[in-house]
Amino acid sequence: MKTTLLDTTARDDLAIDARAVNSRQSRELYKKRQQIYPKLAHGAFRNLKWAAMVVLLAIYYVTPWLRWDRGLGRPDQAVLVDFEGRRFYFFFIELWPHEIYYITGLLILAAFAIFLSSALFGRVWCGYACPQTVWTDLYIHVERWIEGDRNARMRLDKAPLSFSKVRQKISKHALWLVIAAATGGAWVFYFGDAPTLFADIFTGKASAAVYVFIGLLTFTTYALAGTMREQVCTYLCPWPRIQAAMIDKDALSVAYRAERGEPRGPHKKGESWQGRGDCIDCHQCVAVCPQGIDIRDGDQLECINCALCIDACDAVMTKVGRPVGLIAYDSYGAAARRERGGAARYRLIRPRTMLYGSLMTLVAALMVYGLATRATLQLNVIRDRSPPFVRLANGSIRNDYALKIINMSARSRRVAIAVAGLEGARLQAPSLDGAGRFVADVQADSVGAARLHVAAPADVGAGVHELAFTITDLDSGDVATSASAFLAGAP
Amino acid sequence: MTDRRERDQHSGTETTGHEWDGVRELDTPLPRWWLYIFYATIVAAVVYWVLMPAWPLPNGYTKGVLNWSDRSNVSADIHALRAARGPMFERLAQASAAQIAADPELQQFARAAGEAVYGDYCRTCHGAGGAGAPGYPVLADDVWIWGGSLADIEHTLRVGVRSTHPETRLSMMPAYGRDGLLSAHQIADVTEYVIALSAARDRLDPNAAAAARGGALYQEQCSACHGPAGAGDRAVGAPSLSDDVWLYGGKREEIRRQVELGRGGVMPSWASRFDPGTLRALAYYVHEMGGGEPDAPAPATPTQ
Repeated sequence: MKTTLLDTTARDDLAIDARAVNSRQSRELYKKRQQIYPKLAHGAFRNLKWAAMVVLLAIYYVTPWLRWDRGLGRPDQAVLVDFEGRRFYFFFIELWPHEIYYITGLLILAAFAIFLSSALFGRVWCGYACPQTVWTDLYIHVERWIEGDRNARMRLDKAPLSFSKVRQKISKHALWLVIAAATGGAWVFYFGDAPTLFADIFTGKASAAVYVFIGLLTFTTYALAGTMREQVCTYLCPWPRIQAAMIDKDALSVAYRAERGEPRGPHKKGESWQGRGDCIDCHQCVAVCPQGIDIRDGDQLECINCALCIDACDAVMTKVGRPVGLIAYDSYGAAARRERGGAARYRLIRPRTMLYGSLMTLVAALMVYGLATRATLQLNVIRDRSPPFVRLANGSIRNDYALKIINMSARSRRVAIAVAGLEGARLQAPSLDGAGRFVADVQADSVGAARLHVAAPADVGAGVHELAFTITDLDSGDVATSASAFLAGAP
Repeated sequence: MTDRRERDQHSGTETTGHEWDGVRELDTPLPRWWLYIFYATIVAAVVYWVLMPAWPLPNGYTKGVLNWSDRSNVSADIHALRAARGPMFERLAQASAAQIAADPELQQFARAAGEAVYGDYCRTCHGAGGAGAPGYPVLADDVWIWGGSLADIEHTLRVGVRSTHPETRLSMMPAYGRDGLLSAHQIADVTEYVIALSAARDRLDPNAAAAARGGALYQEQCSACHGPAGAGDRAVGAPSLSDDVWLYGGKREEIRRQVELGRGGVMPSWASRFDPGTLRALAYYVHEMGGGEPDAPAPATPTQ
């Protein structure tokens, strides 16, 4: 036997673990996105997603076209954010800019709603209702319609350039752009009269801002739903990071039941299921996933809980004759109980969800109360601070006030302004009515301004005195009051 | 730096080799679209250099294709604004007090224009809102040295007080103490008498004997301008002494100092500075501060 220099022992010495530091892989500083080709799933959750998509898109596109009669000369659009007129119209509600707290209330409600839904069903918002999900779903559907399902799309992308490939790619992107433009177009209708604006857009008469916003939303829709898709959830969205705090051991989320599925492996027809798991490692759950993950790796940031893997797995389980639900909505608590040999228990009603629910009810009740008792006549009084007061020739002291009379009703008002609360104080104006009040007219749905002087006798005394202005609608009797102050000092 | 890059067991990502208290930093690769956005910003910068002023040169700077300049834009804006406001100022200059009183649009314009000019030129001395200061009359009250009608105020603005204008409002109170016209005792007596004349008598409690002595001096020295009962005379700009409003302060010592020094302030003539429309707006704003008086009835046209 010939002995070589490299005998086994020597070979072991040489087999050091050396890796090229500057290998091509190490040189890669920027991660290339790997295209995901989600396969069409069929089943209950896919149907739920179709329904959610149709309803949500319908709400988005149809709402600006709904009409609501508010009388002559006033916008008849049911939902309108009128920046120029500084009003927000929502069916029977008309809000002024200073009533921004109703929007705050809505935001608080929205926050609690997402907390509650997370505590109950995990990331249902992400999976069904988030615009990113809805539009991405729509875009994938368009892609599937033109280029075919997963395998066809993968083949097409690998195929060399051909007329058919170019035609499919162009029609896909064209259709995407049309949807994107329609998305941007619908957005601007919320900020102007939709029928007028619709005509203006096509005749080139709309303002530059309208075209800029349509362009902006066309670009973002096309980019986010067409080309970025799951990267928005993974890289851009803060919610996947936050929502972990909203999930507890009883919150439902899409999960693979490892204790039932493992050990996984291919299964031939007629083979025994004895001693193995139900997962036949068919990768259907991976194929349908729009986020490109494997749900069997457990809970992960990328998972939007769209439940399409449940549909895919249930179909396979039915086919191989095993019970469905290998991938299902599950909670950590239920999984732990099963592992201990107990029966799974799902608790939707628990302190956390009851707290969120009652807080939502409270905020909603406060908002309804606020809207129901909302005064349509308000008064703001701003005391002139320079000079703080003036001494008049006859010795009396005068303070000046700027009044803002807010008439939030649809009719003009005649109001009488009176001052009370300080002995001897009286209004000074060129014309006063018999009761010493100043009468002013305020246009419908507008703010009236008046600058008024109030004089008090010389012996009013130095210091700050309390004073209140009251306005009374001479027709309806509506009253609004605003407290102010009267200042006097030594000469 | 280690020569072999370590991989994180859990994520499979390389680490940077940095470690703090056992926590190692992952070298997670950035997504490629992020890189493209970075390139796009570089392209945008180059486009900006071409379009807009960008690079300093020894003798100026690159002007850019759009020829953008803040200075010329502002200047054009100001000219456009002046042109747009011109007709309103013209209308205001032509309007009578009665016409202004009947025209809310003109009032609003006069108020806004007057406030702006007041803030720039008058506020320094007369204070915000016409608050006044010692030696600078309060404009918000109803006490006027030279008259408080719109026409009077406008005239005072036009010619000024003790100004260089040939028709300036002019009044001169003698400095009784400084120029030795009255002795210190006499000045003290006159001061007591002036206090007794005025509405300040309740709070300052004048000495009756001194006031009696001062009364004779007052009638001799002061009544020609300030009036026998201290009512003042707007024709000569002599302030009323019957109220409790004092240009140089209402304390006993302050009143005595004024008799001693006979101070009088200066207001420049604004006729050469402002066009008639602006002057009218300013007068309107001051008139509206709270103490404006109605215009005197038009003088009867002389019948010949």
